[in-house]
This record gives sequence, structure tokens and C-alpha cells, in this order.
Amino acid sequence: MPKDKNTLPGTSGGGLNFSWLILMAWRDSRRNRSRLFLFISSIILGIAALVAIYSFEYNLRQDIDSQAKSLLGADMVIETSKAVPKDILPVLMILGDERSEERTFASMIYFPRSEGTRLVNVKALQGAYPYYGQIETTPVSAGRSFRESQHALVDKTLMLQFDSKVGDSIKVGELTFMIAGILNKAPGQTGFSASVAPVVYIPLKYLEKTGLSQKGSRINYNFYYTFGEKVDVDVLAEKLKPRLEKAEMDAETIESRKEDTGRSFEDMTEFLALVGFVALLLGCIGVASAIHIYIREKINTIAVLRCLGASSKQAFIIYLIQIAGIGLIGSVMGAILGTLIQQFLPVVLKDFLPVAITVDISWYAIAQGLLLGLIISILFALLPLVSVRNISPLNTLRLSFQETSLFRDPVKWLVYFLIVLFVFAFTYLQMGSVRKTIYFTGGVLFAFVVLSALAYAMMWLARRFFPSSWSYLWRQGFANLFRPNNQTLILVVSIGLGTAFICTLFFVQGILINRVTMSSSKNQPNMVLFDIQTEQQKSVTDLTRSMNLPIIQEVPIVNMRMTEIKGRNAASYKKDSLAWGKRRALEREYRVTYRDSLSDSEKIVSGKWTGTVSSGQPVNVSLEEGFARRIEVQVGDKLTFNVQGAPLETVVGGIRKVDWNRIQTNFLLIFPKGVLEDAPQFHVLLTHVPSNEISANFQRAVVKTYPNISMIDLGLVLSVLDEILTKMGFVIRFMAAFSIVTGLIVLIASVLISKYQRIRESVLLRTLGASRKQILVITALEYFFLGALAAGAGIVLSLLASWGLAKFSFETSFTPEMLPVLLLFVLISSLTVLIGLFNSRGVLNKPPLEVLRSEV
Amino acid sequence: MDIILNIQNLTKTYQSGGSSLTVLDNISFELAAGSALAIVGPSGSGKTTLLGLCAGLDRSSSGIVELNHIRLDNLSEDQRAAVRNQHVGFIFQNFQLLPTLTAIENVMVPLELRGEKNIRSRAADLLDKVGLADRGHHYPGQLSGGEQQRVSLARAFSNSPKILFADEPTGNLDAETSEKVVKLIFDLNQEAGTTLVLVTHDLELASKTQRIIRLKGGALISDELTAAETTYRENYAQR
Repeated sequence: MPKDKNTLPGTSGGGLNFSWLILMAWRDSRRNRSRLFLFISSIILGIAALVAIYSFEYNLRQDIDSQAKSLLGADMVIETSKAVPKDILPVLMILGDERSEERTFASMIYFPRSEGTRLVNVKALQGAYPYYGQIETTPVSAGRSFRESQHALVDKTLMLQFDSKVGDSIKVGELTFMIAGILNKAPGQTGFSASVAPVVYIPLKYLEKTGLSQKGSRINYNFYYTFGEKVDVDVLAEKLKPRLEKAEMDAETIESRKEDTGRSFEDMTEFLALVGFVALLLGCIGVASAIHIYIREKINTIAVLRCLGASSKQAFIIYLIQIAGIGLIGSVMGAILGTLIQQFLPVVLKDFLPVAITVDISWYAIAQGLLLGLIISILFALLPLVSVRNISPLNTLRLSFQETSLFRDPVKWLVYFLIVLFVFAFTYLQMGSVRKTIYFTGGVLFAFVVLSALAYAMMWLARRFFPSSWSYLWRQGFANLFRPNNQTLILVVSIGLGTAFICTLFFVQGILINRVTMSSSKNQPNMVLFDIQTEQQKSVTDLTRSMNLPIIQEVPIVNMRMTEIKGRNAASYKKDSLAWGKRRALEREYRVTYRDSLSDSEKIVSGKWTGTVSSGQPVNVSLEEGFARRIEVQVGDKLTFNVQGAPLETVVGGIRKVDWNRIQTNFLLIFPKGVLEDAPQFHVLLTHVPSNEISANFQRAVVKTYPNISMIDLGLVLSVLDEILTKMGFVIRFMAAFSIVTGLIVLIASVLISKYQRIRESVLLRTLGASRKQILVITALEYFFLGALAAGAGIVLSLLASWGLAKFSFETSFTPEMLPVLLLFVLISSLTVLIGLFNSRGVLNKPPLEVLRSEV
Repeated sequence: MDIILNIQNLTKTYQSGGSSLTVLDNISFELAAGSALAIVGPSGSGKTTLLGLCAGLDRSSSGIVELNHIRLDNLSEDQRAAVRNQHVGFIFQNFQLLPTLTAIENVMVPLELRGEKNIRSRAADLLDKVGLADRGHHYPGQLSGGEQQRVSLARAFSNSPKILFADEPTGNLDAETSEKVVKLIFDLNQEAGTTLVLVTHDLELASKTQRIIRLKGGALISDELTAAETTYRENYAQR
């Protein structure tokens, strides 16, 4: 056998010849570029979302850094929620170069002009705070000048709500203030916090006269300081820490505020990035499905290449280069779009941001987006691409493409593994927690598996119970759901996931609103009166009754701290890393009540309930089930409390199960009667007001006579909740839009691809004499069935998710409101039909021969 | 006389739903370099399967295929691809041009696969020989059937193959075009001294070769020399 004749090219130093492979990839793509672009367009939005969010995150981090001083407004703030102990007061008074003092508390205010009342966050301020940034007001000068006289600054939303103008007056407690300016923004305040607790500033020197700083009132004390440049504020804060802790005070510096703010926004950007990632995953499934069909159409070309001597590796690499190239182009377009979208993110998120956001181009974010786009488009395209290796040159003689079985081709398993690994790794990089990553990856897999299972089930059902009695057109359209080359799976997954997103959002909003409105039914309390002093208790009850309002519940509340659990104090638990729950329990303040009976929302699950205690007997307290579990105590264990200076030893007498869904006062700790009666306390009263008018009259009457009493109207809670949900809903909808639009692009791409699949059949039908209308009806029906199936699957998934959320997270019942869901169903089905018909118009409008020729 | 194709006891069996189907049964023959052979037989007799096995497009169930002294049945698919690239040319009934490549690029592919450089002029010469010098930049979709088959012919000869396999080369062409293409195949074949293996239904075309193998039901039922053999022998003797 002559040796020179038998040298095998490609096996003896011939190599892969990359430049030729690139040239072939380029040549082969020439006639398919618009289609390849269509495939890759599915990932553009996903990349755009991620680049926008990453850019936003980097800019936000920089802005927090540069604006951190004005977030805090001073170099250091020392805060406490208790009256400042006398021994530390001298220290607080000599600290810093400049100092200001602020007391904040919740109180009702009264607008005499409109006769309106509202629970607000009152800030009584003294000194030149803020030292960095400013209290933004209209007129600008009011931010400084209000401190000089009996003037107030009122939040702009309140001004609008009560139709007030600068120069009007408001009543805070016993005292009337002139509104000197409209408060636009306080240091560190966001639009979000302003709508939850609108702020009213008054000068501290008038606080006493308002009568709102009585003993028992819940006031927060803030001391703001500036220091010279030589002082290392963080070192000083660390030095002060032991003394401050002893006095139950905290020190915050610019550096620590920066960290806290950054951390809280990490959660938000993390959430947004994951939503963007889901849109990207969705797009990738579109890419995988499109490439799958693309490769099917390339079988002949690949077989010819193999016939002419190309190795399987060469054929594989030619298409891999095409995918990588087009993936890179898609990523570049996504990055450009993302950089543009980034301009709008600060507008969308403005209500949640404490700092002004700049919108610089972030090259780091762009690089991240490009890399991600490239990796993910290759990874998902690999699934169909690995089949290229198995295409036989024999296909040139006889076309018979056998799909490689997953079990026969271990490389496919490897690709699946790599995809899951990639999703896991990406999520982990975002979340930094294995548990959360497992939940997210599991959730995404679950959604995909459920939707795929639904798609398969529906295809099976359609075939199993095929409606043979239908007319030809209906049968033809229906049969397209399960015939070879159908788009059922990919469309059900992509459109279904988008639909599921929107629906779940809608259902959760419904669940939350429903939970609050349900409690406004006739016998349920819908107004809560706080901070009723013991001496006011009887007259407030009388006033309520005189207005024909029921006293549904009236409870005394005593503030206290827990000092020991089972004989051990906070210091002894500090060394125990497992006692996190106990340490936290010993750090916080408790609002407890005392009574002689249990309410109907409570049930003893272990031990027994003791209603009264006589002197000399042990004090048996009752703990809520979850709380007892967290601090690891059982019936018979000892707990020691500090009741505003006085120590009190107790024993766990019983453990209760509490229904927290009821709008009423529920407590972690309940004391028996006979021990706390003389402790400083305030009272809470729950009533039901039948109408907004009576509610306004009642609030006015209470606030006029008892200005220290705060009232929460369920109507107000509802409107605040609605406002919060609207703001959050907007952000979530904005992000969900990426998934929806990606779903639509996948839909358009899939419909176009199926057009290539269906074109010969439609042309054949036309050749056999089918009218334009008949083809139109068959196409419309096919896409209607597909759209309906996809939307239906999405709705089923969202019903499952919402039911799960309602039952396990919100612990409430779930009755979905079906009309809007039905509308969404119709909308998505119609949109699918429209896109399907629009894309098929080429087949309908041209003579069959022209279409056939153009397909060569 | 050098043997370019040696087939011994070649059998091809397909497994289908538990039962096996023998499409080629114990075929043996040898083919001398530079000769022309036609494989004829009714549809389903195994002609195309035999061609595929001879050209190394598929693997036999048993038996030996030796092409230019290389045992194909021992080689992997990629090694057989390399053999095809070096020694084999193909002509198909449905032309099998790459639709995304122009005519000249289609002709260049086998040479590019070998890693050869400066091949454009060689491809242009071949297109010129098949009378398509001015159609090099057209895509297959822009050419007629006859033109496409001529491009495929130029491609088949581009790598100077030792052996040319043609599967119903005129099956998709009209009579007049068929005649031109057949003339081209035989002229080029003679000029290059290439061996030709032709699968056809067309007995007139088959009679232009020197030898006809008849298949029926997967078995070789006759192996005859044709009138053309005399001419061939005379030519061979003169050379």
C-alpha cells in the first residue's frame, strides 16, 4: 500500500484551518443573515435589561459615595428611642464642633382650614442641621428660617392632600404653627418614605408646649454632630460605642450610613438583575429553538460538506462561529439599548432613591453584558448544535435526519449540565447565598418544567382526543399543534412565562389589598387610637360611645425590655454564636399588655393561661408560639424584664397560637392582671367607623380635645398601601415588560420560523385549489390555539404560584379575580393570531410559484 | 492493471423494529483505475446503497471496501471524510450545491478543505471548461438545472479525484441538457484519467461505460462488458 497516497488530510497536521472555517461561516451566513438576526433578537432585550441595571447599580454606588455626606447631613448621629439617661447627657452636649438635636415621633396634626387630620412623622429640630446638603423647601429660605419662630415645614404630599398654602396654619398637639414652607425633601428621605410617613418639621423649642412630649410617648432622639478634619469620626464612634450601648444608644457615621444604604440597594438591584436574567433565559430558549430549526434546514449543506471531506468537527465549528458572531452582534445591540434604557431607570426608581442619580456610561457593565450575551447564546445554541456532529454524508443521497437521542449522546447531557451550572453560578454571583440561589434556580427550573409539562400534556391531549368531527379548516389548524416541526413547546414556555409574570403580580396585589379591605367589614375594627393616656382613657371611651361608635377592643400597653432569658443576660449570650435569636430578643423593646382573658384570635397550645396574679405569687406570662420558639423557651422557664427602670421576674405560664391576620392588637407577650397596673402605660382603642365622613368627624373631635392621641384609619392604610403597591408595581411591571416583549419577539421569531416550515404546505394547498381565505383561516386558527394554550399555561402557573404565596407567605385565602385575567388571555391570544397572520401574509399574497422559487 | 476499487463480500443490513432487512447481499467486484462502470437495476435494488458504501459515505455491515488501496471499513467517519477529500469526486442527481455559496466558491470548497491556497484561478478554469466562466458569482438559486449540474461537475473534478461517483447525474435534466452534461462527464473523465462509477436507470447512458453491474433485490445478478469496452481497450493500448 503506497504510503504517500494514504495520508489522511485533517488527521496528519492538516489542522482545523480556522481562517477557512471563519470564511465558510461568513459565506454560509450570507443568505441567512436576516433570519440569524431574528433568532438572536430574542436575547437583545435580556442583555439590554442587564446592562441597564448593572450601569444603574455602578452609578448608584458612585452617587452614594459622593453624596453620602448629605444622606446623613452630619459627620455623626447618635440616636436612641428612649429618654436620654442623665449621666450621658453632658457627653452628648460637648461632643463635636457643631451640634443639633432632633426628636421625632408619630402624631396627629390638624389642618384648621380644611378641617382635616392626618397621622404624620413630626420632627422637632434645633440647631443648624443639616450640615451637608439641605432641607429642600419652597421657598428655599424656609428650610433654615422656620427654626426661628413658631413655624412649620409640611411635606408636599400633605400640602396637596389638604389643599394648604404657605401661610396657612397647622395644629400640632396643643400648639398652632404657621406653615413657613413646603417640604420637598429632607436629608436621606425618599419619595417612598414620604408617602408612608409624611414629615412635618417644627422647631424643638416649641415641643414642650405642644404637650406631645409626655412620659410614655414614643419619641426618638437624634443628636447630630460635625467634627474638624483632624477627627477620625469612625474611630471616635468605635470609642464611644461601649458607653452608648450601655445607655441603649447607637452612633452612625457617614461611612456606616454609606454601607447601610448600599446594602439596602443591593437587594433591589439584585432583584431587578434576576428579573432581567429571566428575560434573558427566556430569549435563550427562543435562540435554542430557532437554531434547532436552522440546523435542520442546514442538514443538506452539512451533509454535502461532509461528502466533500469536511470533518464533523469542522462542520460543527463553522456553525458555532456563526452563532458566536451573531450572539456578539446581538449582545452589542443589547448593550447599546441597555445604555439607553439606563437613562430611564432613575425616573422609574426615583421614589426609592435617597440620592440624585447620574447616568454615566458604564464600560464595566457593558463588558459584563457582552460577555454574558456571548456565553449564554453559545451555551443555549450548543444544544441543537451538537447534533451537527452526527449528520451523515449519506444525507446527500437520502435525506433522513434522525434526532440524536439524549441517552445516546452524552454531550447533550453535558450541555444541559453546563446550562444549569451557568444559571446557578450567575444567580450565586448576584445573590451571594447558596440557599437563595437554590431557591431561585429551583423556581426557574420549576416554572420551565411545569410549562413544558403543560405543553406536552396539551399536545398529547390534542392528539388523543382529536376532534374528528370538526370541519377541515378547524382540524388542520388544530392538528398543527402536535404535527412535526410544531412550535407548541417553545411558545408555551416563552409566552407562558411572560403571562405568568404579569398575572402573578396582579394576583399578589389583589391578595394584599384584599387582606386589608376584608378587615373593613362591619364588625371588624377599622380605626385604631394610640397613645391614650390613662387619665384620658375614660373620656375617650365616652367620646367614642357618644358618637355611636362601638368599643371593639381597649387595651393597656406597657413598654419594657427583656433583660434575662433563663437567668442569662445579653452579655452572656454574646459569646454564644448560636444564640442569635436570644441576643436579638434581649436588644429590643416590647409593647406588652395585661388582661384576665384571652381574645378569640388566641388559643393556648401548651401550659395554661393565668388571668390574675396576687402579690407574692409568681407572675405567669403567656408567649406567642413563634416567639417562644425563636428565644427557645418552654413553659416553666424564667424571663426577667425591665419595666421602665423596675426589674420584674416572670415565669412562662402558657404558650399561645395567635391569628395575626385579624386587624386587632395582638401581642408577643401578655401579662396577667395585678402586676402592671401602676407601670407607666398608654392605651389603645379599636373601633369601627361606618363611613369616611363619620371617620373625619371622629378624628377631628379626638384630635381637637386630645392632640396627643394618634389615630390610624384603615382607609388611610389602604390608600398608603395602594400607593406603595402602585409604585412598586410600576417598577416590577417595567421589568416584567422585558420578559413580555422578549416573549413577543420569540413569538415573532417562532412564527417566522414556522412560516418557513409551513410555507411548502400552504403553497401546496394553494396549488391544490385552497382559497386565500381558507389558508388565512387555517393559519389564524393555528395561532389562536397556540396563543390560547400559551396564555392558559401562564395563567395556570401564576394561579399555582399565587395560591402558594397566599397560603404559605401571606397566610390568607386566595380568590383570584378572573375578569382581568380573562382579558389578558384574550389579549395574548389575539396578539399571537395577529403576529401569525402578519408574518404569513407573504404566502397569501404571492403566486405559489414565486414563493417556491424564492425558497430555493 | 491497478485496482482502484476492491469490493469483497459486501453486505448491508438495516435493523428495523426488531427484524433485519438486507439491502445488499454479499457483493464482490474489482474495478481497474481509469475505467468506467455503471450500476443499474430497478428501484430498491440497492444501487444507491452500493454507491454510498463504495464512496465511503456509509459503513458496511460486513465485507471489505478498499478504495485506492485504503480499507474504508476500518476508518472512522472523519478519516473516511479525509479519504473522500483526497481521492473522490461526487455528482448527484439533485446537484447538491451549497445554496449559500456562489458557483465559484462551490468549486473551491474541496480545495479549501485541503488547505490549498491560490485556488480561485483553478476553479475559474474548471468553470470555463464546463462553459460557465461568466456565471461564477451567481448563487445556485440563480442558475438553471443544467448549469447547476455543470457547476457540480466542475466541483467534482476540482480536487483531481482518482475516482468519480455519479448518482443519476441526468435524473433531473431534460434530454438536450442531459446529453451535454453526459458528454462533459465523459470528456473530463477521459482527459483526467479518472475512474467513473455511475448509478443510473438510463441504459443508454450505462452503455457508454465499459462495464455494467446489474443488481436485483440487493444481489449482483450480472457483471457484463459493454461495446464501449473495446474502444476503451484500444485507447488504453495506445496510451
